[in-house]
Amino acid sequence: MKEGYELIYKRPGTLTDRRMSYCPGCFHSTIHKFMMELVEEMNIQDKTVGVCPVGCSVFAYHYLNIDMQEAAHGRAAAVATGIKRVLPDRVVFSYQGDGDLAAIGTAETLHACNRGENFTFIFINNGIYGMTGGQMAPTTLEGQITSTCPYGRDVDTAGMPLKMAEIISSFEKVAYVERVSCNTPANARKAKRAIRKAFEYQIEGLGTTFIEVASNCPSNWKLTPEESMKWLEEKVFPYYPLGVIRDVKKPKKEE
Amino acid sequence: MAQKGYVEIAIEVCKGCNLCVINCPTDCLALNTSDTNSYGLHYSYLAEPEECIGCANCAVMCPDAAITVYREKKEKAAQSKEGRQ
Amino acid sequence: MAELKLMKGNEALAEAAIRAGMQAYFGYPITPQSEVIEYLAMQEPKHNYVLIQAESELAAVNMLYGSAGAGARVMTTTSSPGFTLMQEGISYMACAEIPCVLVNVVRGGPGLGTIQPSQGDYFQAVKGGGHGDYHLIVLGPNSVQEMVDHIFLAFELADKYLTPVMLLADGATGQMMEKVDLPSPIEYKPDKPWATTGKTPDRERNILTSLYIQSEDMEQKNLKLQAKYKEILANEIRYEEYKTEDAEYIIVAFGLCSRIAKNVVIQGRKDGLKLGLFRPITLWPYPWDAIGAIASEDRVKFFISVEMNAGQMVEDVKLAVCGKKPVHFFGRLGGIVPTPEETYEAIKEKIKE
Repeated sequence: MKEGYELIYKRPGTLTDRRMSYCPGCFHSTIHKFMMELVEEMNIQDKTVGVCPVGCSVFAYHYLNIDMQEAAHGRAAAVATGIKRVLPDRVVFSYQGDGDLAAIGTAETLHACNRGENFTFIFINNGIYGMTGGQMAPTTLEGQITSTCPYGRDVDTAGMPLKMAEIISSFEKVAYVERVSCNTPANARKAKRAIRKAFEYQIEGLGTTFIEVASNCPSNWKLTPEESMKWLEEKVFPYYPLGVIRDVKKPKKEE
Repeated sequence: MAQKGYVEIAIEVCKGCNLCVINCPTDCLALNTSDTNSYGLHYSYLAEPEECIGCANCAVMCPDAAITVYREKKEKAAQSKEGRQ
Repeated sequence: MAELKLMKGNEALAEAAIRAGMQAYFGYPITPQSEVIEYLAMQEPKHNYVLIQAESELAAVNMLYGSAGAGARVMTTTSSPGFTLMQEGISYMACAEIPCVLVNVVRGGPGLGTIQPSQGDYFQAVKGGGHGDYHLIVLGPNSVQEMVDHIFLAFELADKYLTPVMLLADGATGQMMEKVDLPSPIEYKPDKPWATTGKTPDRERNILTSLYIQSEDMEQKNLKLQAKYKEILANEIRYEEYKTEDAEYIIVAFGLCSRIAKNVVIQGRKDGLKLGLFRPITLWPYPWDAIGAIASEDRVKFFISVEMNAGQMVEDVKLAVCGKKPVHFFGRLGGIVPTPEETYEAIKEKIKE
């Protein structure tokens, strides 16, 4: 380090040395980084247990230097329930994509939230099934082209894209719901703050915390990482707006 | 006058996604178009070191945590400022 | 302290789990075993275990996975259609080597079926209902006492071999009431360094997974599992024989059918027929060699398997006998329990042939 300078930002020690296999520009990597920064900053490595899904992040345990369990597709919410119920003082999170949380795992997701299970959901919503090659997801936008809706999502057949954060925020026992993104430095910093808040609420025992990340998939959207930011801004955010949707400490006033 | 900073980018970790480059407020980063890392990717590097202000936007955006950021300590920055006045 | 009580099978099973130090139960109501979760719900205020009525058996088995992976002693119970839903989770737990206890209180099927007792899930239990090369240790209780004893045994075997262990109980055993000797509660102190409890500085992180993308890795994992099953096969086979020392006709039966078969043996002996009963207690590992040894005896004329299904365990009997003697089958379907009389008649018919 040069004389007169100080370290401002470095790779967290709680990420393993293994190169993350996610595509260039993918927010999976970004969120992994933020989560491990928080584990380091909050000094909770020895009490964090994560559950990873089936999807691009199926190998999350290669990159996160914490105890982890691999769940069957869609079941992470039930697995996290089991862990948190028998280890209530640990920081437990369930990290899932849109197929895992909003298609095959919807029942487990909704019921865990309804029971107010005291763990954190990190929901990476990129409107497509990445790992399996770019098929339609429950959160694919109307008219968006994927390999199983090559003429664009037809809502008469496939239904409307699911707004999970909004649905989850209707549950009494859910403590905190925020939708974030990492398309700009400001939003990225907000995303990390949101995850931190979720962990803090969990440690306080306030109930389920749910952070939805409006994320990208450059590879299957057939866009460069730069272009994927534009897609998020122009197409995704209007339908999936960013912001705090539920906060048990700051209830919204009735209109 | 903004503080000065500098960054180190891990060449083999960088995937050349360009997000650091486009989010740098002083345009001091660029992809090295004449060289690649062992994965065949054009990695990012500090093309204009004098322009870096150590804001860490690049490191915040970098999905792969490839960037380390250093910034002048406040006393040194104050001295530089005095010197320039 | 140990005590003698008159209890229903399902309730005895629940009480046994509490006394064996169960720390969490996740389940879903389904006839004929809903009494288990009801009993545990009533007893909950007196104990420390976690109890969740999950939204489905699918959720329940995955809650089992998470909590067992976190080091707890856990159990779920269900009946046939629910057990089918659990197959995914079971395959995952078998591969990830996660210990737990499962109970299938079997009802008639296939499909939604009937709520009457059956033994139609034998294949699913012992030949593996989920995908992949794995086995569960399967115990076949035939009395309320065994519902209790097998729960203690199941928890021990699960922890010893890091594998799911199941009780294959027919619906009747869950519903009937018998005198049972309840063991004293044990103080369960888990010692599971592999569990996901949070990575402390003194160790590497613990990962529980069943994903092995590289074929070479998947093969190694499978070989490890196979070695484990070989060890279980060598050490954990359990069975019971009744009057087989000089028997000419051997009935092979498990669960409720073994009780019926015993009555048949008693009656047959009175009538001068040299009947004997071989009762497997572990359905996996199955006592193939023990049956095979009996088959080698010249005096033995045939084997007959008596089951409440279309003929499932009879295939294991045939494997064990290996063509040395004829193997017959008698069974009733649809949840109908064969009577001792009709079973005896069927055997006498075979003797005449």
